[in-house]
Amino acid sequence: MLLVLVGGSIAWHPGGHPSSLLYAQGAPPTAPLMLVTREGRRAIPTTMVSGQELIALDDVASLFQVVLREDALAGGITLTYRGRTIVASADQPMASVNGRVVTLPSPVVRSGRRWLVPVEFLTRALAPIYDQRIELRRPQRLLLVGDVRVPRVTARIDSPGPPTHATVDITPAATVTAASEGARVILRIDADALDLSLPAAGGGLIEQMRAGDQPNTISIVLTGTAGTPRLAQSTADGATHLTIDVPSNALPAAPPADTTAAPRPPAPPDASLLTPRTGFQTVVIDPGHGGDDLGAKGAGGLQEKALTLDIARRLRGLLESRMGVRVVLTREDDRDVPLDARAAIANSSKANLFLSIHVNASSASSVAGAEVYHLKLDREGEDARRQAEADAVTLPVLGGGTRRLDVIRWDLAQARHVTESQRLATLIAEELGKHVPMSPRGVQQAPLRVLEGADTPAALIEMLYVSNAAQEKAAGTEEFKAALAQSLYDAVARFRGFTEDQAVR
Amino acid sequence: MRSKRTTQIVVLLVTLGVLAWGVTVGLERLAAPEAQTITAPPAPVQSTAHITATLFYAAANGTTLLPLRREVPLAGGVVAQGRQILTAQLAAAPDGQRSVIPAGTQLRAFYVTERGDAFVDLSPEVTTGHPGGTLNELLTVYALVNAVTANLPAVQRVQLLVDGKEVDTIAGHVDIRRPLARDTTLVAEP
Repeated sequence: MLLVLVGGSIAWHPGGHPSSLLYAQGAPPTAPLMLVTREGRRAIPTTMVSGQELIALDDVASLFQVVLREDALAGGITLTYRGRTIVASADQPMASVNGRVVTLPSPVVRSGRRWLVPVEFLTRALAPIYDQRIELRRPQRLLLVGDVRVPRVTARIDSPGPPTHATVDITPAATVTAASEGARVILRIDADALDLSLPAAGGGLIEQMRAGDQPNTISIVLTGTAGTPRLAQSTADGATHLTIDVPSNALPAAPPADTTAAPRPPAPPDASLLTPRTGFQTVVIDPGHGGDDLGAKGAGGLQEKALTLDIARRLRGLLESRMGVRVVLTREDDRDVPLDARAAIANSSKANLFLSIHVNASSASSVAGAEVYHLKLDREGEDARRQAEADAVTLPVLGGGTRRLDVIRWDLAQARHVTESQRLATLIAEELGKHVPMSPRGVQQAPLRVLEGADTPAALIEMLYVSNAAQEKAAGTEEFKAALAQSLYDAVARFRGFTEDQAVR
Repeated sequence: MRSKRTTQIVVLLVTLGVLAWGVTVGLERLAAPEAQTITAPPAPVQSTAHITATLFYAAANGTTLLPLRREVPLAGGVVAQGRQILTAQLAAAPDGQRSVIPAGTQLRAFYVTERGDAFVDLSPEVTTGHPGGTLNELLTVYALVNAVTANLPAVQRVQLLVDGKEVDTIAGHVDIRRPLARDTTLVAEP
C-alpha cells in the first residue's frame, strides 16, 4: 500500500509577523500524525513548538472541507463547516464553537499569513460540529476520522522457551489471518489500521514483533533456528486472543546406534493456521480501475472499481486463510494505479500468479456472463519472445551448476509465460463456469496492457456484464460475490497443483 | 504551267505549316502533362464521385463488429481518402445500427508513414466518453483499425493517438502504444 506523505513540516514565512521567528523554530514531530479514514491513510503535516504539536488551519481546511475566513481587523479567524462556525483569535487558548467556548492546551498562533492551532483543536473544536467522528490517539500518532475500525492490538512474548510462547490480543474482536513468508509470519487483521502496542524486543525464537508493510498487518520475525509456528485463535468478551507457539527446528540428529533416547516428536501439523512453504507462495490480485477511473458503470449505479476491490479482498481472505499463501493487492483502497505499476507490483512481489479483476460492458444489454482473457502477442511481442529464447544467458553459480538467465524487455515480460497463462485462463473459466453464468465467449485472447509487463502467469477476469440488468442486480448479492471469490480460489488451487506437478517432473 | 507550280508551292507551304503546328502542339503536350492535370477542375469530380468502403458497427449480438458497405466521398490519395473513411466511421451510425465509438469523437489528424503505418489522432472524447469494459474497448479499437486497413491496402498497421499523444489505452485495457494490425476475429460473418 502506498502512503501519501504530505511533507513532514509546515512551510514557514519567517519575518511576516513579530512572533513568527519563535514558531519558525518548530520541529517536525518524531513520527508523523497518521490520518486514518475509510479511504485510506496519509501522514498529515504538524510541527512541534515548545512541546506542543500544532497543525496549520490551511491543512485543516483542505482535509476536512472547512472554509476559512480571516478577519484582519479583529485579529480573528472563522472556520465554517456546513453552516456551523468556529471562531478563534490569535494568542488565545480557546475557540468559540457555535457560540460555546472550548479551551485549548495552548494559544492559537498567527505566523505571517498562516494560522496554527494545537492538534487538540480537532477533537475539542472541530469534532462537535463535524458530521463524522474525529478521534485523536496521541500516543499511537493516529487521527481517526469517520467509521474506521482501528482495534487495539497488544502483543507480548510470554516465555522465550523453546518453544517460544507469545500472545496477541485484539480489542474489539476482529478476524485474523496468518501467512508464512520466509522467516516471517504475517498476521493480517480485518481492520482499517491498528493501534499497536508491541514488545520492544524479541525473545527466544522470535526475533522481533513489528508493524507489517500494510496498515493492518503485524510481522513476526523468527530466528534462523525457528520451526513452523502454530497459531490458535479464540474470541471471548469481545476480544480476539491469539496464541503463537514457535518450536525449534533442531532436527533430530541421526540416532547413534548406542543410544536409546527417543527422537523429538515432530510438531503436530493439525493445530497450525499455516501451511508449509511450497514453490507457490505469492499471488498478486489486481482490482481493476479505482480513484477517478470508475471503470464500467451499470444503469443501477454499480461501479466496476468498487466491485473489483470487494472481490479482490474476498479472494485474498480465502487464499491467506485456507491456502496460507501471501497475497498482495495492487491497490488496497479506492485509488487509481497506473497499469505499469500494477504489473510492477506483481514482479517486485515475485508473484507466482497475477490475476487482474474486471467487470465487462456491452452496448447490447442482453450480453451476460464471465470471460477470461490471456495475453495475445502482436508481432513485436512474438519477436521479443523469440529473442528472449535466443538471448538466454547461462551463468555458472556458486557451488557448481548453472543458472539460466532470460533477458527480455520489461514491458513484454508476459511473453515468456504465454503457454502457462493460457492454461491458467482455461482453469479459471472452468471453475467460474461451475458457480456463475459464463459468456459464450469464454476464454479470449487480447493485447491487454496490464498483462504485458507481468513476469508471471497472468489472466484478466471479466466477472460479469454490468450492462446486463440481471447481472448488475446479482452483483450486489452476497451469494454472487461469494461464488465469484470461491471460483477464483478454486482456480488458483488447481493452478498451484498444476505448477507443482510441473516442478516435480 | 505557272499556275500549277504556284499551286504546288502553296500546298507544300500549307503542309509544312500544318506539320510545324502539329510538332509544336505535340511538344507542348509532351513537355507539360502535369500542368494540364492541374488546370483540370478537381472539385466537381470529388463532390459527385464516391467509393464503397467497409465500415464497422456493433453487431446485434453486442459482442462482434458488423461490417457494412457504405458510400464515402472519393478523395485523391491515400491520406485524403483515409480521412474521408475515418470521418464516416466516426459519424453517427446509420439508422438501425449502433456505433462502437463514443459520440462526439473527432478526427484530429491522419497520416501514413513510408512503412505503411497509419496514425489516427482522435479527440479526447474517445476516452472520456467511453463506456468501459474490455469487450467495448476491443470493439472501439478494432473498428478503427479495421476500417483503415480494410479500405486502404497501402496501410498495414494503425496506431491510435488521443489528443495528439501516444496513450497506453483508451479505457484501461487494450494496449494501443504500438501500431496494431487488422484483426478479423471480432468481425461477425456478413
